[in-house]
Amino acid sequence: MAVRIVFFASLREQLACSSLDWEGRSPQETVASLREKLAREQFPESGAVLLADTVLAAVNQVMAQPEQAVADGDEVAFFPPVTGG
Amino acid sequence: MTELSPDELLRYSRHIVMPEITLAGQQTLMASSVLCVGAGGLGSPVCLYLAAAGIGRLGLVEFDTIDLSNIQRQVLYDTRDVGQPKLDTAHARLSQLNPHVQIDAHALRLAADNVMPLVKQYDVIVDGSDNFATRYLVNDAAVLSGKPLVHASVFRFEGQITVFDSPRGPCYRCLFPEPPPAELVPSCAEGGVLGMLPGIIGSMQALEVVKLILGLGEPLVGRLLLFDGLSAQWRELPAQRAPDCALCGQSPTIHEPTDLPAASWADGAPRISASELAGLLNAGEAPTVIDVREPQEYAIAAIPDSKLLPLMELSIHAASLDPGKPYILTCHRGGRSLKAFEQLRAAGFSNLQVLDGGIDAWAEQIDPEMRRY
Ligand SMILES: [Zn+2]
Repeated sequence: MAVRIVFFASLREQLACSSLDWEGRSPQETVASLREKLAREQFPESGAVLLADTVLAAVNQVMAQPEQAVADGDEVAFFPPVTGG
Repeated sequence: MTELSPDELLRYSRHIVMPEITLAGQQTLMASSVLCVGAGGLGSPVCLYLAAAGIGRLGLVEFDTIDLSNIQRQVLYDTRDVGQPKLDTAHARLSQLNPHVQIDAHALRLAADNVMPLVKQYDVIVDGSDNFATRYLVNDAAVLSGKPLVHASVFRFEGQITVFDSPRGPCYRCLFPEPPPAELVPSCAEGGVLGMLPGIIGSMQALEVVKLILGLGEPLVGRLLLFDGLSAQWRELPAQRAPDCALCGQSPTIHEPTDLPAASWADGAPRISASELAGLLNAGEAPTVIDVREPQEYAIAAIPDSKLLPLMELSIHAASLDPGKPYILTCHRGGRSLKAFEQLRAAGFSNLQVLDGGIDAWAEQIDPEMRRY
Protein backbone atom coordinates (compact mmCIF):
# COMPACT_ATOMS: atom_id res chain seq x y z
CA MET A 1 0.00 0.00 0.00
CA ALA A 2 1.07 3.57 -0.59
CA VAL A 3 0.75 6.09 2.24
CA ARG A 4 1.61 9.77 2.21
CA ILE A 5 3.53 10.65 5.39
CA VAL A 6 3.85 14.24 6.65
CA PHE A 7 5.94 15.50 9.56
CA PHE A 8 5.61 18.79 11.41
CA ALA A 9 7.74 21.16 13.49
CA SER A 10 10.79 19.70 15.23
CA LEU A 11 10.24 16.27 13.64
CA ARG A 12 11.21 17.80 10.30
CA GLU A 13 14.66 18.64 11.56
CA GLN A 14 15.08 15.55 13.69
CA LEU A 15 14.21 13.23 10.80
CA ALA A 16 15.58 15.58 8.11
CA CYS A 17 12.33 15.02 6.21
CA SER A 18 9.05 16.91 5.91
CA SER A 19 7.09 14.38 3.85
CA LEU A 20 7.51 11.11 1.98
CA ASP A 21 5.56 8.51 0.03
CA TRP A 22 5.76 5.27 1.92
CA GLU A 23 5.33 1.90 0.22
CA GLY A 24 4.26 -0.87 2.57
CA ARG A 25 4.36 -4.58 1.83
CA SER A 26 1.73 -5.57 4.36
CA PRO A 27 -1.89 -4.93 3.27
CA GLN A 28 -2.88 -4.08 6.85
CA GLU A 29 -1.43 -1.29 8.93
CA THR A 30 -2.51 0.68 11.94
CA VAL A 31 -1.24 4.06 13.07
CA ALA A 32 0.85 2.28 15.71
CA SER A 33 2.34 -0.31 13.34
CA LEU A 34 3.09 2.34 10.75
CA ARG A 35 4.78 4.54 13.35
CA GLU A 36 6.85 1.54 14.45
CA LYS A 37 7.90 0.68 10.88
CA LEU A 38 8.79 4.25 10.03
CA ALA A 39 10.90 4.55 13.15
CA ARG A 40 12.65 1.23 12.57
CA GLU A 41 12.99 0.94 8.79
CA GLN A 42 12.70 4.41 7.31
CA PHE A 43 14.62 6.30 9.99
CA PRO A 44 16.76 3.68 11.75
CA GLU A 45 19.08 6.29 13.26
CA SER A 46 16.79 9.09 14.32
CA GLY A 47 13.37 7.41 14.35
CA ALA A 48 13.08 7.07 18.13
CA VAL A 49 11.61 10.58 18.27
CA LEU A 50 8.55 9.27 16.38
CA LEU A 51 7.75 6.76 19.12
CA ALA A 52 7.28 9.33 21.89
CA ASP A 53 3.64 9.25 22.97
CA THR A 54 3.54 13.05 22.94
CA VAL A 55 3.80 12.92 19.13
CA LEU A 56 0.22 12.96 17.83
CA ALA A 57 -0.93 11.33 14.61
CA ALA A 58 -3.71 12.29 12.20
CA VAL A 59 -5.09 10.17 9.37
CA ASN A 60 -6.52 12.19 6.50
CA GLN A 61 -6.51 15.29 8.71
CA VAL A 62 -8.41 13.66 11.59
CA MET A 63 -6.71 12.94 14.91
CA ALA A 64 -6.15 9.18 15.13
CA GLN A 65 -5.75 6.66 17.95
CA PRO A 66 -2.90 4.10 17.72
CA GLU A 67 -5.23 1.22 16.80
CA GLN A 68 -6.83 3.04 13.87
CA ALA A 69 -6.39 1.31 10.50
CA VAL A 70 -4.41 2.99 7.74
CA ALA A 71 -5.51 2.28 4.16
CA ASP A 72 -3.91 2.59 0.74
CA GLY A 73 -3.88 6.22 -0.38
CA ASP A 74 -4.22 7.67 3.14
CA GLU A 75 -2.27 10.63 4.43
CA VAL A 76 -0.77 10.19 7.89
CA ALA A 77 0.60 13.29 9.64
CA PHE A 78 2.74 13.31 12.78
CA PHE A 79 3.06 16.39 14.91
CA PRO A 80 4.92 17.01 18.16
CA PRO A 81 3.97 19.59 20.79
CA VAL A 82 5.37 23.04 20.05
CA THR A 83 5.98 25.61 22.74
CA GLY A 84 7.63 28.62 21.10
CA GLY A 85 5.94 31.94 21.67
CA MET B 1 -23.11 50.16 28.72
CA THR B 2 -20.81 53.15 28.61
CA GLU B 3 -21.59 55.81 26.04
CA LEU B 4 -18.89 56.49 23.46
CA SER B 5 -17.29 59.93 23.30
CA PRO B 6 -17.08 61.58 19.85
CA ASP B 7 -13.40 60.62 19.76
CA GLU B 8 -14.19 57.01 20.53
CA LEU B 9 -16.94 56.93 17.93
CA LEU B 10 -14.40 58.02 15.34
CA ARG B 11 -11.66 55.74 16.63
CA TYR B 12 -13.86 52.66 16.40
CA SER B 13 -15.93 53.73 13.39
CA ARG B 14 -14.56 50.94 11.16
CA HIS B 15 -15.85 48.42 13.67
CA ILE B 16 -19.14 50.16 14.30
CA VAL B 17 -20.16 50.35 10.63
CA MET B 18 -20.02 46.56 10.35
CA PRO B 19 -23.47 45.03 10.83
CA GLU B 20 -21.91 42.13 12.77
CA ILE B 21 -20.44 44.55 15.33
CA THR B 22 -22.34 47.87 15.46
CA LEU B 23 -22.19 50.25 18.40
CA ALA B 24 -23.47 47.53 20.74
CA GLY B 25 -20.63 45.19 19.75
CA GLN B 26 -18.04 47.89 20.32
CA GLN B 27 -19.54 48.57 23.75
CA THR B 28 -19.29 44.85 24.49
CA LEU B 29 -15.59 44.91 23.58
CA MET B 30 -15.11 47.96 25.80
CA ALA B 31 -16.76 46.17 28.70
CA SER B 32 -14.63 43.02 28.31
CA SER B 33 -11.35 41.94 29.86
CA VAL B 34 -8.56 39.78 28.45
CA LEU B 35 -5.47 38.31 30.10
CA CYS B 36 -2.45 37.82 27.85
CA VAL B 37 0.17 35.52 29.32
CA GLY B 38 3.52 36.47 27.84
CA ALA B 39 4.34 39.69 25.98
CA GLY B 40 6.81 38.20 23.51
CA GLY B 41 6.47 37.12 19.88
CA LEU B 42 2.81 36.10 20.09
CA GLY B 43 1.89 38.49 22.88
CA SER B 44 3.07 41.51 20.87
CA PRO B 45 0.47 41.34 18.06
CA VAL B 46 -2.16 40.04 20.49
CA CYS B 47 -1.78 43.07 22.79
CA LEU B 48 -1.33 45.59 19.99
CA TYR B 49 -4.49 44.51 18.16
CA LEU B 50 -6.59 44.04 21.28
CA ALA B 51 -5.59 47.45 22.63
CA ALA B 52 -6.29 49.01 19.23
CA ALA B 53 -9.68 47.25 19.17
CA GLY B 54 -10.65 48.90 22.43
CA ILE B 55 -10.82 45.93 24.79
CA GLY B 56 -11.77 47.47 28.14
CA ARG B 57 -9.13 45.91 30.34
CA LEU B 58 -6.02 44.14 29.14
CA GLY B 59 -3.92 42.18 31.62
CA LEU B 60 -0.29 41.35 30.79
CA VAL B 61 1.82 38.76 32.56
CA GLU B 62 5.54 39.11 31.90
CA PHE B 63 8.74 39.31 33.92
CA ASP B 64 11.47 39.37 31.24
CA THR B 65 13.61 42.27 30.13
CA ILE B 66 13.97 43.17 26.46
CA ASP B 67 16.90 41.57 24.70
CA LEU B 68 18.23 42.65 21.31
CA SER B 69 17.45 39.17 19.97
CA ASN B 70 13.73 39.79 20.76
CA ILE B 71 13.36 42.76 18.42
CA GLN B 72 13.30 40.63 15.22
CA ARG B 73 9.77 39.43 16.11
CA GLN B 74 8.48 41.12 19.26
CA VAL B 75 7.02 44.16 17.56
CA LEU B 76 5.83 45.77 20.79
CA TYR B 77 9.42 46.86 21.39
CA ASP B 78 12.05 48.78 19.48
CA THR B 79 15.80 49.01 19.61
CA ARG B 80 15.87 51.81 22.19
CA ASP B 81 13.99 49.57 24.64
CA VAL B 82 16.72 46.93 24.95
CA GLY B 83 17.48 46.29 28.61
CA GLN B 84 14.13 47.65 29.86
CA PRO B 85 11.53 45.44 31.54
CA LYS B 86 9.11 44.25 28.85
CA LEU B 87 6.13 45.03 31.04
CA ASP B 88 7.01 48.73 31.50
CA THR B 89 7.65 49.25 27.81
CA ALA B 90 4.53 47.34 26.79
CA HIS B 91 2.43 49.36 29.24
CA ALA B 92 3.72 52.66 27.85
CA ARG B 93 3.39 51.59 24.22
CA LEU B 94 -0.16 50.23 24.59
CA SER B 95 -1.31 53.28 26.56
CA GLN B 96 -0.06 55.50 23.76
CA LEU B 97 -1.74 53.31 21.17
CA ASN B 98 -5.09 53.54 22.95
CA PRO B 99 -5.43 55.57 26.16
CA HIS B 100 -8.99 54.28 26.64
CA VAL B 101 -7.74 50.78 27.47
CA GLN B 102 -6.91 49.92 31.06
CA ILE B 103 -3.63 48.00 31.15
CA ASP B 104 -3.06 45.74 34.17
CA ALA B 105 0.65 44.98 34.40
CA HIS B 106 1.35 41.73 36.29
CA ALA B 107 5.09 41.48 36.83
CA LEU B 108 5.27 37.90 37.95
CA ARG B 109 6.20 34.39 36.97
CA LEU B 110 3.01 32.32 36.88
CA ALA B 111 2.90 29.58 39.47
CA ALA B 112 0.36 27.25 41.03
CA ASP B 113 -0.26 29.68 43.89
CA ASN B 114 -0.94 32.80 41.81
CA VAL B 115 -2.54 31.62 38.57
CA MET B 116 -6.14 31.06 39.76
CA PRO B 117 -6.85 34.49 41.28
CA LEU B 118 -5.34 36.09 38.18
CA VAL B 119 -7.31 34.09 35.61
CA LYS B 120 -10.55 34.66 37.51
CA GLN B 121 -10.30 38.43 36.93
CA TYR B 122 -10.65 38.13 33.14
CA ASP B 123 -13.22 37.01 30.56
CA VAL B 124 -10.83 35.45 28.03
CA ILE B 125 -7.29 34.11 28.47
CA VAL B 126 -4.58 34.18 25.78
CA ASP B 127 -1.55 31.92 25.98
CA GLY B 128 1.47 33.53 24.34
CA SER B 129 4.00 31.89 26.63
CA ASP B 130 7.09 30.04 25.52
CA ASN B 131 7.36 27.13 27.94
CA PHE B 132 5.38 24.05 28.91
CA ALA B 133 5.29 24.78 32.64
CA THR B 134 3.31 27.98 31.97
CA ARG B 135 1.15 26.40 29.25
CA TYR B 136 -0.06 23.62 31.59
CA LEU B 137 -0.65 26.07 34.44
CA VAL B 138 -2.70 28.39 32.23
CA ASN B 139 -4.68 25.51 30.73
CA ASP B 140 -5.47 24.04 34.14
CA ALA B 141 -6.50 27.40 35.60
CA ALA B 142 -8.64 28.22 32.54
CA VAL B 143 -10.52 24.90 32.72
CA LEU B 144 -10.95 25.07 36.50
CA SER B 145 -12.36 28.59 36.31
CA GLY B 146 -14.39 28.00 33.15
CA LYS B 147 -12.62 30.59 30.98
CA PRO B 148 -11.97 30.19 27.25
CA LEU B 149 -8.27 29.96 26.38
CA VAL B 150 -6.83 31.03 23.03
CA HIS B 151 -3.76 28.86 22.68
CA ALA B 152 -0.98 29.15 20.08
CA SER B 153 2.66 28.36 19.48
CA VAL B 154 5.25 28.92 16.77
CA PHE B 155 8.37 27.14 15.58
CA ARG B 156 10.62 28.13 12.66
CA PHE B 157 8.22 28.50 9.69
CA GLU B 158 5.22 26.90 11.41
CA GLY B 159 2.52 27.89 13.82
CA GLN B 160 -0.53 26.38 15.45
CA ILE B 161 -3.60 27.84 17.09
CA THR B 162 -6.76 26.57 18.74
CA VAL B 163 -9.32 27.62 21.33
CA PHE B 164 -9.71 25.48 24.44
CA ASP B 165 -13.12 25.91 26.03
CA SER B 166 -13.94 22.71 27.88
CA PRO B 167 -16.60 21.28 28.13
CA ARG B 168 -17.68 22.41 24.66
CA GLY B 169 -14.32 21.25 23.28
CA PRO B 170 -11.05 19.70 24.42
CA CYS B 171 -8.44 21.24 26.70
CA TYR B 172 -4.68 21.17 26.23
CA ARG B 173 -4.40 18.05 28.37
CA CYS B 174 -6.96 16.23 26.19
CA LEU B 175 -4.44 16.55 23.34
CA PHE B 176 -1.19 16.36 25.29
CA PRO B 177 -1.87 14.75 28.69
CA GLU B 178 1.69 15.20 29.92
CA PRO B 179 4.49 17.60 29.03
CA PRO B 180 6.96 16.01 26.60
CA PRO B 181 10.50 15.09 27.58
CA ALA B 182 12.54 18.28 27.46
CA GLU B 183 15.05 17.04 24.87
CA LEU B 184 12.27 16.65 22.30
CA VAL B 185 11.26 20.28 22.40
CA PRO B 186 13.48 23.03 21.07
CA SER B 187 12.49 26.56 22.10
CA CYS B 188 12.49 29.63 19.84
CA ALA B 189 15.98 30.42 21.10
CA GLU B 190 17.19 27.00 20.06
CA GLY B 191 15.09 26.20 17.02
CA GLY B 192 14.70 29.73 15.72
CA VAL B 193 11.54 31.33 14.38
CA LEU B 194 10.88 33.61 11.45
CA GLY B 195 9.58 36.93 12.79
CA MET B 196 6.40 36.94 10.71
CA LEU B 197 5.18 33.63 12.14
CA PRO B 198 4.22 34.99 15.58
CA GLY B 199 2.82 38.00 13.70
CA ILE B 200 0.47 35.79 11.68
CA ILE B 201 -0.49 33.43 14.48
CA GLY B 202 -0.71 36.14 17.17
CA SER B 203 -3.03 38.19 14.94
CA MET B 204 -5.21 35.10 14.59
CA GLN B 205 -5.28 34.83 18.39
CA ALA B 206 -6.50 38.42 18.69
CA LEU B 207 -9.19 37.66 16.10
CA GLU B 208 -10.36 34.60 18.05
CA VAL B 209 -10.55 36.70 21.22
CA VAL B 210 -12.80 39.25 19.53
CA LYS B 211 -14.99 36.44 18.08
CA LEU B 212 -15.34 34.86 21.52
CA ILE B 213 -16.28 38.16 23.18
CA LEU B 214 -18.81 39.07 20.51
CA GLY B 215 -20.08 35.53 19.93
CA LEU B 216 -19.29 35.91 16.24
CA GLY B 217 -18.65 33.24 13.62
CA GLU B 218 -17.17 29.87 14.44
CA PRO B 219 -14.49 29.94 17.11
CA LEU B 220 -11.59 27.50 16.85
CA VAL B 221 -13.06 25.33 19.60
CA GLY B 222 -12.25 21.67 18.88
CA ARG B 223 -10.22 22.61 15.82
CA LEU B 224 -6.45 22.76 15.73
CA LEU B 225 -5.24 24.99 12.92
CA LEU B 226 -1.71 24.36 11.65
CA PHE B 227 0.10 26.84 9.42
CA ASP B 228 3.16 26.01 7.35
CA GLY B 229 4.71 29.23 6.12
CA LEU B 230 7.01 27.53 3.62
CA SER B 231 4.20 25.91 1.66
CA ALA B 232 1.80 28.73 2.63
CA GLN B 233 -0.77 26.13 3.65
CA TRP B 234 -3.21 25.92 6.51
CA ARG B 235 -4.60 22.62 7.67
CA GLU B 236 -7.34 22.02 10.15
CA LEU B 237 -7.51 19.05 12.49
CA PRO B 238 -10.69 18.40 14.45
CA ALA B 239 -9.69 17.80 18.07
CA GLN B 240 -11.97 15.98 20.49
CA ARG B 241 -12.26 15.88 24.24
CA ALA B 242 -10.50 12.90 25.82
CA PRO B 243 -12.96 11.05 28.10
CA ASP B 244 -10.02 10.08 30.31
CA CYS B 245 -8.55 13.61 30.49
CA ALA B 246 -7.12 14.08 33.99
CA LEU B 247 -8.44 17.63 34.04
CA CYS B 248 -11.74 17.76 32.14
CA GLY B 249 -12.56 14.06 31.67
CA GLN B 250 -15.22 11.90 33.34
CA SER B 251 -13.26 11.28 36.53
CA PRO B 252 -10.75 14.08 36.80
CA THR B 253 -7.77 13.73 39.11
CA ILE B 254 -6.53 17.32 38.79
CA HIS B 255 -8.54 19.69 40.99
CA GLU B 256 -6.12 22.59 41.28
CA PRO B 257 -3.19 23.94 39.27
CA THR B 258 0.10 22.29 40.18
CA ASP B 259 3.61 23.39 39.28
CA LEU B 260 5.39 20.97 37.00
CA PRO B 261 8.27 19.32 38.80
CA ALA B 262 11.46 21.26 38.07
CA ALA B 263 12.97 19.70 34.99
CA SER B 264 14.68 16.58 36.26
CA TRP B 265 17.30 16.71 33.53
CA ALA B 266 18.62 19.93 34.97
CA ASP B 267 19.34 18.34 38.31
CA GLY B 268 22.68 16.87 39.09
CA ALA B 269 24.52 17.84 35.92
CA PRO B 270 28.08 18.65 37.03
CA ARG B 271 28.97 22.20 36.00
CA ILE B 272 32.23 23.76 34.95
CA SER B 273 32.69 27.53 34.75
CA ALA B 274 34.14 29.32 31.72
CA SER B 275 37.25 30.30 33.69
CA GLU B 276 37.82 26.75 34.93
CA LEU B 277 37.54 25.48 31.35
CA ALA B 278 39.91 28.20 30.09
CA GLY B 279 42.42 27.12 32.74
CA LEU B 280 42.20 23.48 31.66
CA LEU B 281 42.52 24.42 27.98
CA ASN B 282 45.57 26.60 28.65
CA ALA B 283 47.20 23.78 30.59
CA GLY B 284 46.38 21.35 27.76
CA GLU B 285 44.41 19.22 30.18
CA ALA B 286 40.86 19.86 29.00
CA PRO B 287 38.61 16.99 27.95
CA THR B 288 37.02 17.23 24.49
CA VAL B 289 34.48 20.06 24.37
CA ILE B 290 31.30 19.05 22.51
CA ASP B 291 29.24 21.94 21.17
CA VAL B 292 25.62 20.88 20.61
CA ARG B 293 24.46 24.02 18.76
CA GLU B 294 23.57 24.15 15.04
CA PRO B 295 26.32 24.60 12.40
CA GLN B 296 25.11 28.13 11.56
CA GLU B 297 25.55 29.11 15.22
CA TYR B 298 28.93 27.41 15.45
CA ALA B 299 30.04 29.49 12.44
CA ILE B 300 29.40 32.69 14.39
CA ALA B 301 31.56 31.78 17.37
CA ALA B 302 33.06 28.65 18.88
CA ILE B 303 35.41 27.59 21.67
CA PRO B 304 38.83 26.62 20.24
CA ASP B 305 39.13 22.90 19.36
CA SER B 306 35.51 22.20 20.27
CA LYS B 307 33.65 19.48 18.36
CA LEU B 308 30.33 20.33 16.73
CA LEU B 309 27.58 17.72 17.31
CA PRO B 310 24.14 19.39 17.01
CA LEU B 311 21.67 18.28 19.66
CA MET B 312 19.14 17.12 17.08
CA GLU B 313 21.70 14.67 15.66
CA LEU B 314 23.37 13.74 18.91
CA SER B 315 21.77 10.30 19.12
CA ILE B 316 23.21 9.47 15.68
CA HIS B 317 26.72 10.66 16.44
CA ALA B 318 26.97 9.41 20.01
CA ALA B 319 28.46 6.22 18.53
CA SER B 320 31.56 8.20 17.52
CA LEU B 321 32.19 9.08 21.18
CA ASP B 322 33.65 6.91 23.91
CA PRO B 323 31.27 6.59 26.90
CA GLY B 324 34.24 6.03 29.20
CA LYS B 325 35.98 9.30 28.29
CA PRO B 326 35.33 12.70 29.86
CA TYR B 327 33.50 15.34 27.83
CA ILE B 328 32.44 18.94 28.43
CA LEU B 329 29.14 19.91 26.82
CA THR B 330 28.31 23.41 25.69
CA CYS B 331 25.66 25.32 23.72
CA HIS B 332 24.54 28.95 23.41
CA ARG B 333 23.46 29.73 26.97
CA GLY B 334 23.32 26.38 28.72
CA GLY B 335 19.84 25.00 27.91
CA ARG B 336 20.59 22.52 25.16
CA SER B 337 23.75 21.24 26.83
CA LEU B 338 21.56 20.04 29.74
CA LYS B 339 19.37 18.15 27.28
CA ALA B 340 22.50 16.67 25.68
CA PHE B 341 23.73 15.76 29.15
CA GLU B 342 20.54 13.82 29.84
CA GLN B 343 20.68 12.02 26.47
CA LEU B 344 24.31 10.99 26.82
CA ARG B 345 23.92 10.01 30.45
CA ALA B 346 21.04 7.74 29.45
CA ALA B 347 23.31 6.27 26.77
CA GLY B 348 25.84 5.27 29.43
CA PHE B 349 28.27 8.21 29.46
CA SER B 350 29.51 8.68 33.00
CA ASN B 351 32.08 11.49 32.88
CA LEU B 352 30.25 14.55 31.61
CA GLN B 353 30.33 18.21 32.60
CA VAL B 354 28.24 21.10 31.36
CA LEU B 355 29.73 24.54 30.65
CA ASP B 356 27.82 26.97 32.85
CA GLY B 357 26.20 29.70 30.72
CA GLY B 358 27.42 28.18 27.43
CA ILE B 359 29.40 30.01 24.80
CA ASP B 360 27.80 33.29 25.85
CA ALA B 361 29.45 33.05 29.27
CA TRP B 362 32.72 32.21 27.53
CA ALA B 363 32.45 35.33 25.36
CA GLU B 364 31.60 37.44 28.39
CA GLN B 365 34.26 36.15 30.77
CA ILE B 366 37.12 34.79 28.65
CA ASP B 367 37.08 36.17 25.12
CA PRO B 368 35.63 39.70 24.79
CA GLU B 369 36.53 39.66 21.09
CA MET B 370 34.18 36.75 20.44
CA ARG B 371 31.02 37.57 18.47
CA ARG B 372 27.79 37.22 20.47
CA TYR B 373 24.26 36.64 19.23
ZN1 LIG C 1 -9.15 17.94 28.93
